[in-house]
Parts: sequence; structure tokens; C-alpha cells
Amino acid sequence: MEITSFLPPDIIRMIVSAVVIISFVFLNAMVMTYAERKLAGHFQRRPGPMEVGSHGLLQVIVDGLKLIGKQLILPKDVDRPLFRLAPLLAFIPVVLPFIVIPFSEKLQVADLNIGLIFILAISSLNGMAVLIAGWSSNNKYSLFGALRSVAQNIAYEIPILLVVLTVALMANTFSLKGLVEAQSGMWFILLQPVAFIIYFIAGLAETNRAPFDLSEAESELTAGFHTEYSGMGFSLFFLGEYANMFVVCSIATILFLGGWHGIPLPFLEYTGVFWFLLKVYALLFVMIWCRWTYPRVRFDQLMNLAWKYLIPFSLVNFIITAIVLVIVKL
Amino acid sequence: MKSETNTQQNQSFTLNMGPQHPSTHGVLQVILEMDGEYVLDPQPVLGYIHRMHEKMGESRPCRKFLPNTGRMDYVCALPFNHGYVGLIERAAGIEVPPRAEYIRVITSELNRVASHLLWLGAFLLDLGAFTPIMYSFDDREQILDILEEITGSRLTYCYFRPGGVYQDISDKFIEGTRAFIKRMRSRFSIYEKLVATNIIFIKRAEGVGVISPDMARRYGVTGPLLRGSGISYDIRKQEPYSVYSDFDFDVPVGENGDSLDRYKVRVQEMEQSLRIIEQALDKLPEGPYLGKAPKKIKLPPGDSSFSVEAARGELAYYLVGDGSEIPYRLKIRVPSYSNLSVLPELGRGILLADLVTIMGSFDLVIPEIDR
Amino acid sequence: MSGYFSEILTGGKSLLVGLGVTFKAMLQPVVTVQYPREKTDVTSSNYRGHIELVRNPETGSFKCIACGLCAKACPSECITVKSEKREGVKGKVLTVFQLDFTKCSLCGSCVEACNKGAIRFSQDYNIAGFTKEEFHYDLLKRLEEMG
Ligand code: SF4
Ligand code: SF4
Repeated sequence: MEITSFLPPDIIRMIVSAVVIISFVFLNAMVMTYAERKLAGHFQRRPGPMEVGSHGLLQVIVDGLKLIGKQLILPKDVDRPLFRLAPLLAFIPVVLPFIVIPFSEKLQVADLNIGLIFILAISSLNGMAVLIAGWSSNNKYSLFGALRSVAQNIAYEIPILLVVLTVALMANTFSLKGLVEAQSGMWFILLQPVAFIIYFIAGLAETNRAPFDLSEAESELTAGFHTEYSGMGFSLFFLGEYANMFVVCSIATILFLGGWHGIPLPFLEYTGVFWFLLKVYALLFVMIWCRWTYPRVRFDQLMNLAWKYLIPFSLVNFIITAIVLVIVKL
Repeated sequence: MKSETNTQQNQSFTLNMGPQHPSTHGVLQVILEMDGEYVLDPQPVLGYIHRMHEKMGESRPCRKFLPNTGRMDYVCALPFNHGYVGLIERAAGIEVPPRAEYIRVITSELNRVASHLLWLGAFLLDLGAFTPIMYSFDDREQILDILEEITGSRLTYCYFRPGGVYQDISDKFIEGTRAFIKRMRSRFSIYEKLVATNIIFIKRAEGVGVISPDMARRYGVTGPLLRGSGISYDIRKQEPYSVYSDFDFDVPVGENGDSLDRYKVRVQEMEQSLRIIEQALDKLPEGPYLGKAPKKIKLPPGDSSFSVEAARGELAYYLVGDGSEIPYRLKIRVPSYSNLSVLPELGRGILLADLVTIMGSFDLVIPEIDR
Repeated sequence: MSGYFSEILTGGKSLLVGLGVTFKAMLQPVVTVQYPREKTDVTSSNYRGHIELVRNPETGSFKCIACGLCAKACPSECITVKSEKREGVKGKVLTVFQLDFTKCSLCGSCVEACNKGAIRFSQDYNIAGFTKEEFHYDLLKRLEEMG
């Protein structure tokens, strides 16, 4: 964090950041689990968790303890090293993007000038983890889930890239900070509503969230790629999923919703984080809302959606944007 | 992948679905021959919950078999009760007072709505939507409360008796039923908005698992599946039993025989059931609720049969008597068994996800199949 | 091509409508009853719990005359009735009335069969236990305990 920049060695700064980021990832997962369960309950006219703590507030902590305390079952005939590696691999790439996310003007660990590309590159590693998990489990259901997930990630990375490029074209930068600063006048969602919708849909698919949760489609594949995982192995996937959701939503916020911009508060360089988180969690709310409303799409429909609708639209959108930009510059 | 085998043309493998699987609803096992995500040959395996109900029926006096009937199809127990008491009444020539018949119709139809509601939720759950089941359970709970009021149970009813019903209905029951009809009518629009018009749902269900009228006839498919295929066949209309001929109701039919049609048919059936209940409540005659029936029912020699329309299709009881109290032979034709038998033909060359949709749209109740 | 765009429009609209339904539901009160913290009043007087003996208001004791009709009517043979002859009392006196609730299907045949109205369904639904034997009820003792 920038606060710590007066400390001479960069190392300390890095360590502090790492600790802050990892604890944020865990905190986010806890908040999200609680929010998801509570919201799911209320969407279905149930109260959700109620028993542990007031309104079930401590439920998440208890669940976490339970997961930590559980035996790590290693089924017979699994590929041991890979089976162990997969949850870690699912967790690490979702932590790295937090390094470049500008929570507010000054709350950013490092402002890479290729921040956007960095995030996209790192988050596609996630598909790898799922594939390894599915493959090493030696379970047909897991393998199905993994294969689906990989195909899905590849298909949906294209529209995401195209949309991101469109926005980068407008801001003329790949730096996340630069992108936000470019929106100080007007948020890009107003200029690029189509791009935003495409990004959001593709983001849902990218994070394997319902209605695109094919890789863990419960009614078809029991639990998909993490069928064989228990205890912490399972919860790392879980943490990864929520962190990934957060990353996708924060990119949406940075690209379209003006990042930390909002009604000015005192110490805006730092308090912008309030607006940033508000926007991110609003998007996350929509994600949860979608999950508890829609049925799951079928695999071929998922592919159709990407190739027949999202990619053409984002391509056309990209070209139009480019032409308009050229004309405006002239 | 241990069981991977090489066939001449392609690499296919066996996937074992069930008996513990979220979408086989109970203990059905389906052994799938798969090629990638495509199902080549689904083979249902039955018998995990066989309890030899038919044999029990042949070893005890017919009154003592009554509680068993409610346990074959626990989701829709009253029509199973109805079929059996109807059979005994027909075989032994027992008169049923009109009030009892009306009560039977009202409660059976309530049970049918409850069963369809449960199916609606479970079907959507199979498709990956978690919320509709909670709404439909909310509605179903109202029916269970109403039925509990007079039958004393919430699931495995044993309410009908040869010659009538166990006890009379109360004013509270009638009020509750009328309130429920009103409530349910307002709820249909929610399901319409949340499910029936939803593009994802339509895409998932439309054209999936098309049962042609010919195929339906060949396999003896009945109930909403048959009606979804466009054949208007409903025992309540075709050979009206009880007092169904007194009521004015339609038999909804589909056009294409796909999962979407089956969904529509069932939802419309719920509306029709509400209509029947309403008419029955209006016309409810006074009189005894239990007619004269001997304590020991002697079944005269010869055979008799009785069919009713259960929520899943035609339920037929067939009985051979030999003059004693105990049936010589009892055969129960349950709808889900024939309905499930289409699966191997229907499930060839489809996606795994579609197989789940199809099985969901069949509304299978495994204990009924295994008996 | 027009079908392509109209499908996007109708599809998108249907998705928004769906979101509307769940959002409305979110704002409505919950319908769950937090059992066992709250209880509903649905347990009607007709609820079928396990059977119990009925007290004769005049004598303060059971009504049952130990005729055994209920035991005979029961499809699962879960009722055991035993009796003895006593000096000065007309008929038989009930000494044992046991119910094996593990086998009972709550069919109501026994209640129907008793023409003295000596048994009825109880309203107990909070029953759970760890062993089979906990459900072998001694109904006579139960009647005495109920005071
Ligand atoms: S309710 Fe039925 S099964 Fe239970 S004791 Fe009475 S007769 Fe037997
Ligand atoms: S409860 Fe009724 S039927 Fe049973 S033994 Fe007593 S009096 Fe007879």
C-alpha cells in the first residue's frame, strides 16, 4: 500500500501488502459466503442461517473451522501430487490480481502499465487448476466438469478480451489506474452499455457462476470437478471462486463504473475505496441474484451464446468504437 | 478411466448414475453408455426399493392392505388409496354414499396438485434453478396442512375406506380449501414469470425428449406424458370413476411431446384440478361419509379391475378373488414403470444434461416403480 | 435475422422479469417456521400421532374392555392386549396394552375397530429416539402417568 511507502525497503511494503491482500481474500470469502446464503434464503423466502450468532453471523466462522478440521480424504487411485496441487493452483492466481487492483487513487500495491493484460493472463490459469483437479480425481464426473470448464473458459475469454480492448482503446491505456482516471468525467458504462452487458455475462461464465455453473452442475455432475475434494481442498476452491468473482466484478467496476469515483468524500485518495467496494459488491449482489433465479444453461447453448451472440456483438462494438474514435480524433 | 473400452467405431465408456445421484430422485440407477458428453444407451436398473407390496396384498385380508397403497407412491397417495378401495367396492359390490365420493374427489385432486407442485420444484432443480422448489413447497405446504386436518397425516395417507372415507370433512377444511384455491390461482403467474417464460428454461426444455404419439402408444405411456404428446387420454374422462362425470373440466394436451409440453400440461392440470375441487365443494351433498360395508369383506370368485388417474398416469389394480377375504392375486399397474420404459429409446444420442431434463420431466417416483 | 434480434429482446426481457420475481420475494417476509424455536398450530385435533388409551371420565380409569378387536384389526400386528379375570368385576380387566410403534403405519384401523371408543390418536409429534425399544410404548403406563 502507498501508506507504507515511506518505509525504506520495498520488501516490507511487499510483505504488508501480501498479508493485507490474503486477509482481504479470506474476509471477502467470508462476507460473500454469508451474503450468498442470507440472500439465497431471502430470495426463497427463507431466513437463511439463523442459529450461530445473531442472525447466523458466526455461521461462516464455524463452517470454516469445520472445514479446516475435516479429514482430507485422498481417494484411491487419484494422481496424488496433482490432486494436492490443484486447490493451491486454484487459489494462487486469484490472489495475484489483487496486486494491481486500484482500490482508490492511492490504495494500490503496484500500478503495472499492463495491469489489465496481467489480470487476464493470470485469471486464465484458473482453468488449469480446474482441469488438473478434474483429471487427477480419477472420477468421470470430475473429468466432465473439468472439460466443460476449460471449453467454457476458452470460449468466454474471447468476448472478454474484445470488450476489454474496446475500453482500453477509449482510455488509451492498459494501466488500471489510468483506466479509472480516464473516467473522471463520464463512466464508460454510459458510452459502452453493450460492452458492459457482454462483459458481465462473460464474467459470470468465466467465474463458473450460475446460470453457467456447468463445471459443477449439481444435478448432472453431482459436484463436478471438486466431487472428490473434502475439507480444506474443497474450501480453497471455494475461496478461489469467491475471490475470482471479486476480481471479475472489480474489473467491471474499473472498466465501466468509474472505479473509485463517486460523490467526493474527505481524503478522497483513500476513501475512494468506499465507492469502489460499494460498486463491486453491488455487482456481486447481481451475480448472486442471478444464481438464485435462473436455471442452468446447457453446454451447447453456453457455447452458442458465446460464439453466436457475445463474440459477434463485441466484435462489432469494437469496430464501431474504433471508427468513432478515429472520426472524433480527426 | 478404468472401465474405458474400445468399441469398433468410437471410444465409449460406462457412467454410473445413481442410485445416489442428486437428480435420480430416490434410488434409481441408470447405467449410461457414454461417448463424451453424449449418451449412447441409458439402461435403468430397478429394484433398489422393492418391498413386495403385491405379494403382501395377496397374503392379508383386503382391509389390511390399505395402508400399503399409500406407500407405493408417497407423493400422490390418495389416488392410490382410491384405486384400491374402488377395486374392492367393485369386486364386493359395496355402495358408496355420494358425500364420500365427493370427499374422495376433493382430497384426491388436492393431492394431485400437491404432487404436481412437488414435481415442478424438483424438475426445475434438475435444470439447476434452486428457487422455484422453495416457492412450490410453500404452496404444497398449504395443501398438506389442509389434508392433515382431515386425514391426520401429511404424506402417506390412509384415508379412504371401502364404502367411504375415514372421517367427515370439517368446515375448517372447506374454508382452508377455498382459501387455498384462491391463493394458488394467484401463484400461477409467479411460476409463469419465473419459469415458463424464462428463455433459459424454454431453451432447456423445448424439443428435448420428444415422445411421439406412436412411441407413447407402443410403451404404454400414460398421464401427463401421454397428454403432452397430444393424445387426450385421461381416465377421469375416458372411463369416469367415482363422480368425475359430474364435473366440468378440460383435459389439457400438448402438441410436440417435449419436456416443455409436459411442463405446460402439468401446470394446466393443476388449474383444472382447482376447478374440479371448486365445483365439488359447491355441489357437496349431505349424507353419511361412510356407507355400509361388511367388517370382513369376502371377495367373490372371479376377477375385477379398477383404474384411476394418478398424478403420473393410469394406475390400475387387478384382482382375482377366490371367495375368501384374501385376494388370490393382486396386480398393480403403476404409471411410472411404463413411463420410465421409454427412457432407453428416448435417451439415445442425447446430451447428459438432456437426459437429466428428460428424467426430471417424467416425474418419476421410484418406490412406485419398484413397489 | 429478425428472429435473431427478437430472440435477444424477448429472452432478455424474460430474464429481467425473472429477476423481478425473486427480488420481490426477497422483500417479502420469510415463511419458514423456525422449529423447534417456533411451532405452528397446524396440529389439528385430527392429527394422527401414535395411539393412546382414552380415560373413562366416570371411573377415572381406562375405557378399554380388553376385547382385542383393535389388535385383530391392525395390519401390522403392533398392538398387544392382555387381560385377566378379577373377582367382582364383570368381564375382563386390561393388564397390558402395548404398542410397537416401529411397525405402526398410522392407518387408523384400530381406532375404527374399537367400538367402545377406548383408543384415539395422540397429538405427539415430537418423537425421536436412539433405539427401537424406545418406541415400544406401554400405553397403560402412559395413561397412568398422564394422571
Ligand atoms: S394405526 Fe394401524 S398400524 Fe397403527 S396400531 Fe392402529 S391398526 Fe395398527
Ligand atoms: S382398545 Fe377397544 S378394541 Fe382394543 S381391546 Fe380395548 S376395547 Fe377392545
